[in-house]
This record gives sequence, C-alpha cells and structure tokens, in this order.
Amino acid sequence: MNDLTPEREERSANLKGLGCSRKRVEDARFTQGKGNYVDDLKMPGMLHGDFVRSPYAHARVVSVNKDAALALDGVVAVLTAEDLAPLNLHWMPTLAGDKQMVLADGKVLFQGQEVAFVVARDRYVAADAVELVEVEYEELPVLTDPFESLKSDVVLREDLAGQTTGPHGPRKHHNHIFTWEQGDETATNQVMDSADVVVEESMYYHRTHPCPLETCGCVASMDKVNGKLTLWGTFQAPHVVRTVASMLSGIEEHNIRVISPDIGGGFGNKVGVYPGYICSIVASIVTGQPVKWVEDRMENLMATAFARDYWMTGKIAATKEGKITGLHCQVTADHGGFDACADPTKFPAGFMNICTGSYDIPVAYLAVDGVYTNKAPGGVSYRCSFRVTEAVYFIERMIEVLAIELDMDSAELRRINFIRKEQFPYQSALGWEYDSGDYHTAWDKALKTVDYDGLRKEQAERVAAFKRGETRTLMGIGLSFFTEIVGAGPVKNCDILGMGMFDSCEIRIHPTGSAIARLGTISQGQGHATTFAQILASEIGIPADSITIEEGDTDTAPYGLGTYGSRSTPVAGAAAAMAGRKIRAKAQMIAAYLLEVHDDDVEFDVDRFVVKGVPERFKTMKDIAYAAYNQAIPGLEPGLEAVSYYDPPNMTYPFGAYVCVMDIDVDTGVPDIRRFYALDDCGTRINPMIIEGQVHGGLTEALAVALGQEIAYDKMGNVKNATLMDFFLPTAWEVPNFETDHTVTPSPHHPIGAKGVGESPHVGGVPCFSNAVQDAFRAFGLRHTNMPHDHWRIWQTANDLGLHE
Amino acid sequence: MSDKMHIKLNVNGEDHEFLAEPRDLLIYALREKLNITGPHVGCDTSHCGACTVTLNGKSVKSCTMFVAQANGAEITTIEGIGQPGALHVLQESFREHHGLQCGFCTPGMITRATKLLEEIPNPTEKEVRFGMAGNICRCTGYQNIVKSILAAASELNALSEDQKVEAAE
Amino acid sequence: MIPAAFDYYRPKDVEGVLALLQEHGDDARVMAGGHSLIPMMKFRMAEVPHLIDLQDIAALRGITIDGDTITIGAMVSQHELINHDGLSAAAPILRETALQIADPQVRYMGTVGGNIANGDPGNDMPGLMQCLDAQIELLGPEGSRVVAARDYFEAAYMTDREDDEILISVSFAVPAGGYAYEKQKRKIGDYATAAAAVQITKVGGKVATASIAMTNLSDVPVWSLGAADALVGTACEAGALKAAVAAMLGDIDPTEDNRGPVAFKRHVAGIILTRAITRAWDRA
Repeated sequence: MNDLTPEREERSANLKGLGCSRKRVEDARFTQGKGNYVDDLKMPGMLHGDFVRSPYAHARVVSVNKDAALALDGVVAVLTAEDLAPLNLHWMPTLAGDKQMVLADGKVLFQGQEVAFVVARDRYVAADAVELVEVEYEELPVLTDPFESLKSDVVLREDLAGQTTGPHGPRKHHNHIFTWEQGDETATNQVMDSADVVVEESMYYHRTHPCPLETCGCVASMDKVNGKLTLWGTFQAPHVVRTVASMLSGIEEHNIRVISPDIGGGFGNKVGVYPGYICSIVASIVTGQPVKWVEDRMENLMATAFARDYWMTGKIAATKEGKITGLHCQVTADHGGFDACADPTKFPAGFMNICTGSYDIPVAYLAVDGVYTNKAPGGVSYRCSFRVTEAVYFIERMIEVLAIELDMDSAELRRINFIRKEQFPYQSALGWEYDSGDYHTAWDKALKTVDYDGLRKEQAERVAAFKRGETRTLMGIGLSFFTEIVGAGPVKNCDILGMGMFDSCEIRIHPTGSAIARLGTISQGQGHATTFAQILASEIGIPADSITIEEGDTDTAPYGLGTYGSRSTPVAGAAAAMAGRKIRAKAQMIAAYLLEVHDDDVEFDVDRFVVKGVPERFKTMKDIAYAAYNQAIPGLEPGLEAVSYYDPPNMTYPFGAYVCVMDIDVDTGVPDIRRFYALDDCGTRINPMIIEGQVHGGLTEALAVALGQEIAYDKMGNVKNATLMDFFLPTAWEVPNFETDHTVTPSPHHPIGAKGVGESPHVGGVPCFSNAVQDAFRAFGLRHTNMPHDHWRIWQTANDLGLHE
Repeated sequence: MSDKMHIKLNVNGEDHEFLAEPRDLLIYALREKLNITGPHVGCDTSHCGACTVTLNGKSVKSCTMFVAQANGAEITTIEGIGQPGALHVLQESFREHHGLQCGFCTPGMITRATKLLEEIPNPTEKEVRFGMAGNICRCTGYQNIVKSILAAASELNALSEDQKVEAAE
Repeated sequence: MIPAAFDYYRPKDVEGVLALLQEHGDDARVMAGGHSLIPMMKFRMAEVPHLIDLQDIAALRGITIDGDTITIGAMVSQHELINHDGLSAAAPILRETALQIADPQVRYMGTVGGNIANGDPGNDMPGLMQCLDAQIELLGPEGSRVVAARDYFEAAYMTDREDDEILISVSFAVPAGGYAYEKQKRKIGDYATAAAAVQITKVGGKVATASIAMTNLSDVPVWSLGAADALVGTACEAGALKAAVAAMLGDIDPTEDNRGPVAFKRHVAGIILTRAITRAWDRA
C-alpha cells in the first residue's frame, strides 16, 4: 500500500500533512492588523494598573505615602504590601521553589522592583499617580557580584535568615541558594590527575533578556456576580497560571479561566508569574472592575525574567591525540534577588548537565551554586530548553580551548570525540539518554558544503597578509556542533510546581468531516495552528485546511504545561498524533461496519479506509465522520472524538552543525558576517518553511546575544541598558542571510519521529558566532574572551594581543 | 491634566473627531479611542517601528508623536492597506514567503514596506534592508521579510507594466 | 511610558512662537520633530508645561541655494534633506550624513534645526555644521542674530541660544572639493561611537584647505583646526594623516559609556578620521 501512485499522491498532497510547506493559517489576521494581543483588549469599566518601582538596588522601604496619589481624580486604589498581606498575597511562590515579593515588603532587592500598584481610570492618570506616591528609602549596601555576595556579611534575603536548607538542599551562606551536583566528582578528579592533557578555562555567560517585541501584560476581570475570575495575559503556560492563581487566591480552579490571546513573541520571558498578574487580580477583586496591566519596555528589561548570568569554570582532560577523557564544570549562577528560574522542579540549574555536549565523554562532574545578588530575579531559558544555551556554549568553548592546547584543528577534534551513530541510545556521563543521532554525517556534510579546508587555507593566507601589514582585517571561522535536550518531559522526573510535564490534545471530528483540535500548548509565533493541523491531517486523513487548532483557553483546552523549551512538537505534537490514532482506531471500526467486513480487513490509506486488496471498496474519512453521527453502529458510541495526554518516555535530542565565516576589522572591532551555514537535524520535518523561519529567527537572536546584547549593572546596581538604544536588537541592516540545510534522524520514541527545532538555532548559534570572533585571533595567541563581542570588546581583545602596535 | 483638545483625524479614509489631552500619544489615540489596534507599542522610544503608520505621506512612529501634533492629518494604518478579498500585494507576499511569525511587528512592517515601495519601486536587497531598518522583528531574522518585500516589488512592477500596456492598447 | 500633561500650541508664525516664549519663560519649549524631546518627556526626564509645536511655520521650511550660499530652514527634515537633488549636488556631505542618522521613519520627522538646537553631543548635524562653518540664525525678542556653528555649542545641552530664542535656519557656503562623513555606530538608530566630517580642497595635488569636525567625542562637537592644518600643503600621505589624527586627539575628550571605554573611543576616533580624510581626499 505504500507505493505512491499519482492518484494517491494527489490525495496525500490534498491533506497538506507532514512534510508540506503549508502556508500559515495565522497570517491572514496578522497581516491585516487583526491579531488579538492582550493590550488590544478593551472592556467596559476597565481600569489601568501601573507600578511604583524602586530606583535603588538595595534599600529599606521606610514608608509609603499614598495620600497625594489617592487624591488625584481618577485614581481608584493604590496597593502596597500592607494591603496584600491580609490576603497573604504580598509574596508569591516562584517556579524555582523560592518565593518573591509581589510588592516590596520592608525592603527592595533590585532596581525596578515593584513597590506599589496604582489603579486608575486610564493609563494617563495611572502614570501621573505613580509620580505622586511618596516612598522613603534607606539605602543599603549593594551586591552585584555573586562571588562578593557569597563572602559578604550583608544579608540580602532577611526572610530566609537562619534557614540553612532551601528547596534544593543545604545553603552554605546567607546569600547562597543551592548547590546542584551531577556526575561523579571523585572519578572525574582521578581522570584529571592522570590525564595527558588538562585545560582549564573560566568563562562568563553574560546576563541578557529574551525581550519579545510585545512586553508582558494581563487583564484580570473578577465577576462578583458569578464568582468567576477571567485572566487574559501573555502566558506561555496558561494552565499553570490558572493553577497558581487558584492556589494563591483561594478561588476554586473551576472558577478561574485563563486565556492567552495572541502572544507577540515569548522566548522564555512569558513563562513565569509576575507581580503584575497578582496585583491585577487583587485589584479586580477589590474594585469589581477589569484591570489591565501592561509593562513598558524599560520595565520589561529591568524587572521581568532575565536570562543566563552564569560564571562557568571548566576543566577538560584528554589524551595527547585529543580523545576526551573527562569533563569538570563548576558554575556560579547569579539569580538576582529571588530565584525565579523557570525550570522543572528537580532541576534547579535546568538541563545544564547536558554540558558534555555531542561528545563521548566517559566521566564528568557538574556543580552549580545559585547565589542571590541585588539584580532582577529570573534565570529563564531565553530561546532554549532549560539552561541548554549555557551548557552548549560551555562545551563548544572548551572544545576550542582544548584544540588550542593540543594545537589541533577543532573540527577534527570534534569529529574524533563525537558520539558514534551506533552508540545511540547513548547514556551520558551526567545522566541523560540521547535518543538518536548521526553526528558524523551531519558534520561531514557541513564542512564539505562550506569548503572547510579552503576556508582554513584562506584564513592562513589572511593571517600571513596581516603579519606582512597588507591587511587590517582578520578572518574567523566559527564552528559549533550542538545537541539540544528538549521536550520536557517525562512526568517521572519533570514537573513544574508539582504538575507533571505531559501535554495534551483533544480532537472532535464534526459530522461533515472537518475537525477542531485543542492543545495544552500556546503558540507565540511558532505557527501551531498550521503545524499541529498537519500532524493530524497525516494521522487521520482529513485535510489540514479542514482542521481548526485552538490553544490558550483553559476553559476549553485540555490541561497542558505550555510552550517553552521546544516542548510543543515533542510533547503536544505527540499527544496530537496519539489522539489522532485513537480517532483512526474508531474510524476503522466504523469503516469496517459500513463496508460489511471484519475490522482487520480494512486498512488506512491516506484519507480513507479500504478493504484490503480491494482498493475500490473504501470509505473516506468524510463518510466515516458522517456515519459516526448518523448511524447506530452496534457496539460503538456515537460521535468521533478523542483525547490524549502524552507523557513522553524521554526527551528528544535535536542536533546540528553550524559554520560562520566572519571578517573582523582589527582597528574598529567591527565584525562582518560573511557567511553562515546552519545544518539542523530535528528528526521528522513537519513544515520545512516554518522550520527554516525558526532557524533564521533563532540565529538572529544568537547573533544579538553573541555580539552585543546584554543587561549590565553598575556598582550601584543601576541597569545600564534598559532601552532599545542600548539593548542590542539587530535590524535588517545588521543581519545577514543564512544558509539552511538538514539531515533527518527521527526520534525513535516520538510517535512521528519529530524532535523540535525552535530553539536549536539559538543554542548552536551563540557559540558559533562567538567561536568565529575568537577564532580570528587564535593565530595571535587568544585562548578565550567573554561575550558579548561588541565593537569595543573585540577591539580590546586585539589591543590586549598587541595588534594595534 | 490640561484641557482636552478637539482632534480631527482622517484615518484610512474615514473622518474621526474626538476630544483628547494634547499629551495623548497618537498610538494610544488610534488604539484606544478609535479601536484601530493594528499598530502596536513595542519599545516606547521610537526604536522598534511596531507603531509605524503613514501620516500625510510620511512613515512615522506613532509612539513618538502626540495626537495634538497629528491633529488634522491623514493617516493610513495596516487596516487601511488591504481588505479581506482585496489584500495588498505585500500582505499576500508576507504570507506566501513566511515573512512573519508572532505577527506583532507585522502591521508596522507592512505599513512601512508600502511606503518604501513608493520611495523606491524597484529596490535592491540592500535598499530593502536599509529602508526597513526602522522596524525590529524578533522572530524572523528578516530574511523572509526581505524576500516578501522584494517579491511584492516585482509583482507590483509587473502589474504596473501590465497597466501601461493596457493603457497603450 | 506616559508624559506629564502640558498645554499645546501650534502657532502659525515665528512672532507667535516668540510671544509664547515670552509669556511662559522657562516653562515653555519649542518642538520640531520631537524625536529627542518626546522620549525624554515620556521618561519624565523633561518637564514641559507649555509645548510649542513648530510644524505650521512656513518661514522655518525650505532649502535655498542662492549662488554660493545654501540656507536650510530649521524645520527641514532629514528625509527632505536626503531627497533634495539640488542640495545633494551642491553639498553631498549633507545627504551622506543624514543617511547615517537614525532610521527612515525618524528621518521623516527629525529636522536639521532640532538636531542642532539642543546641543545634544550625540547628534550628527552639529559637527557637520562646524565642518561647513555654518552660520546659525537665531530669532529672539531683540530681533535676529547670527552665530557661527563653531561658537554655538557650549557644553552638553548648553548652547549660545537663549531660552527665548528660536533657531531659524543654518546657512553655509557651497562646499568645495572632496567630502566624507564617516560614522561608527553599534547599529541603525544608534549615536556615533565616533564620527568625523571632512571637507578637503585640492590644488596641484596638495591639500589647499581642509575642515574637520568630530561627533560624540566630547560634550560638544569638536572642530579641529589643528587636524585641518596638519593636512594643508600635504598630499594626505601617511605622515600627514598621523599628524592630523594626533592634532584631533588633542582636541577631543570622550567619556566612557555603553559604547566603550575612553581608550577605545580615542583609537576609533583616529581610525574613523583617517578613513574620512582618505575618502574625502579621493573625492577631492
């Protein structure tokens, strides 16, 4: 039945199923300005909330005087911690097992922290009232460096005073949050002691921010008549928000409806729960009117969900031929004033233990220490699965540093250490089971496509010309080979606030053969309405164009953990396939009944069930759907619906091979990206057009992070780059064209073999750009320099190497 | 609060009159007073272009303009560029070439692109990238946006050639 | 981000503007395109109880090329400047500079006058006007006066313009010879890390005259007479370039910011100036 005759091929094409570059169904409304984002919501009597924020990074709040603000015409309420305390809502739990002040409770711990919440008739009055709230502060010593923080007598979190144990084990100091250890320390140290070669390198993965174009916001509406709370917002995980809102407010979960409307990008920024949500809910409960809160860009960059801020020290051991024998990684993680990471509960440093990368490393050890400082809380995963960008950056830098030490070509060093195809499923030294991979094939394809040897030759000529004084431009060849770990994840070890990280899909086939499917995820631009319909089209034989996909309304969608960490395709996509298979199983029985044969005598054929061996005897899915509703079929309930909750047996492990060629002006520090080649293997490809778009976007965000995007603080804890003048978001002018390519190594445990792709280009892209910059200076003795590689830092590198003399 | 002003705007061919404080930003007047929610606020400081509209023939960022400044102006927003069944070539082209993902920048992007193609009807890739540099997209990496605009330009030029031929006949 | 409330005025002529400035004193500010002022007002870093919008004043518009003199009205936008064929032919350095300011939308609103009047060290027009030896016409209650651009800027956001005066126009002689405006920035929309405006005339294979000004490398634009003098009489060979850079470095005084530390800025200033001179010389 598998040979595609032209007739079958046409039927298959009509479905627009798996593998089709189907145009997006979302686009009609977005291109006409008819998207529906949270700030587009408008309802009668709606009030606006706005925050009074701390100008100080660390201070005692002596007093808050609201009188002048309350006296302003149009101001309805001004909330402080004192007002929230009786409801026990002045603090809230974070996803990392810590708690966070909703409004300053006696002190502030970072610049921009929420101190009071003004509720007013419109956004103008609210902004005026914010100016009128008088807050008296008493400044306290500021700690912005985690290493100093761990030595300081200054107690940042007075609420935790005396607590020597936190949610993730013992605390070593009053500003220490946790130590997370993985792997075998003793064995790793033994390898280090006896190895031919051991290289050590320290690197700082700077603090940055996901910065979606739409900031975070919500509208809370408490209907006092029926006791129902509706909360619209920029939520990457609406069901989790509902559960948290219920636990916090005491409102029963069935009386809370959380709706994520269209979301203007998330990239991890919209996973957590923020004080604005809690304050809006309380304000709506207090006033009985809908309350809108939408942060501005400066608030977004200063207060909600930063990413990274990891100080990593690595030791890598190898034979003199370059075979890696052990890896040691020590991380000091700056979490800011509250630990507001968004990681699965049992992983306080996310999946940092994927830091052995794509390499067969027999022994490894990882220790991560979380630390409080006077910086914004967070530590979210910006366009990556939990802390995977950090892990991949770490190992891809360590590989380069080892190559330098061994005087080897780093492409070759990678090749001799890759996990081999036949080793999959592969057990890593830090506890993961890699599902599938064919790294050598991908690597060879990448290097061949870019003419790697030719590039190295050109580079050597350039270095020689530079030394002769004939050019002031150096050439860098950036390599990276990454393995992501996505699709969190198995309920046995992955949960968020106790909720297992399964996901879900519910399908209803309508009598006339079209369908609606609802999922527990929520698109923020990934095109779920397009791609999930494609999965279902192939599974159940109904055209994708006849399937509506709905997400984000907790009253209608089945419970799911949301969209982040590239989990939608691996988990919800699997749920969709499984639900589709349930539909198909019932459809088979209906078809058999209609065709008057035994169930086993019919088989699925693209869009129909046919009698085996008699293809002209068939019932289309359309016929079957109609029959499901209009015929009494013995032994079968009417209707054609299914629901699947999918608990993935394992994560998926997409991988890829990237090469960047960069020319660097040694005198100005300006890099010019000449070429970028990205080969991605995300397993089965659902929609190549969308995959390519995801790769372009992820690489652009990688370029930004590697080449200049940071959230930096001065010694006083002031944020130095909280507007888009200074926070680097590249424009069309700064971004090159990217070449995309692929191999296909399906996941063996995923129903359709798909692995997820949205974050791979970011994870693999950051080290590739960084390696390109650093590789340009390798011939002049550079071993490692930290990102972001903005103009002055590149110039500084050249200067330190004596290249300006 | 200062006295409210009587504001007149022609938006997408329709006349509107309303009272507003002078400090009302044009973007909020459009979005909240006239319910024209296509243009968005992305950065607040005129860097991202999500709020781009065409005002008296100029591409402008409506987050950095007071409604008082716009009083009396003719404005086109994404809502005035094409209608269901009669979309602008750019709107079709963005869909065809996957020139958008989350859609938040798209209204400003397409509005700016309509003006760009008036300024330069047959742009090179470089001209498109330079001419669109006032609009930030966080999702697409621009490659498909550039592709969408170049494709739309070709199509528009072909259309206008056809019209010339028809006119000549 | 919402500004504080203000009263708004849109006078039809300069007399109307002056009357409002007289009436409200320090509480009044004039606004051209608003792309510097409005963000400051939205951050509530600028308090402007009375805002005077200059958009309706015809006398502030227009580009005239009258024989040897070019006059540009304060309200001429960067966009108009870029698209004015006569100006691009007569003084191409203006177009080259304007194209490096901000982005297309902002250039539709941003004006020559606004770029100059406030004395923002990040703006590009002030250095360019010094390079061109432009004369700035100011109008106040006492009437009109003219100040050389080279004398206009006193410190960051401090200029020779009194609070009750408005900037009417800038005028300068049609520049001769080769030109270049070279600017390094982090991205589109950014101010200069370092920028250099250069005009050079060549006679008999040697530099006859030169004018050089630097942007965002001090709290004011820096017109470097010493740098220009170092070029005169030379063929812009390596030694002359070095001398010009050394003279320029003696005149600038950059400060550290997010674009980088002082040493970096001084180094880049030298590189940018060298490139600007080289390009201007090639065009001379």
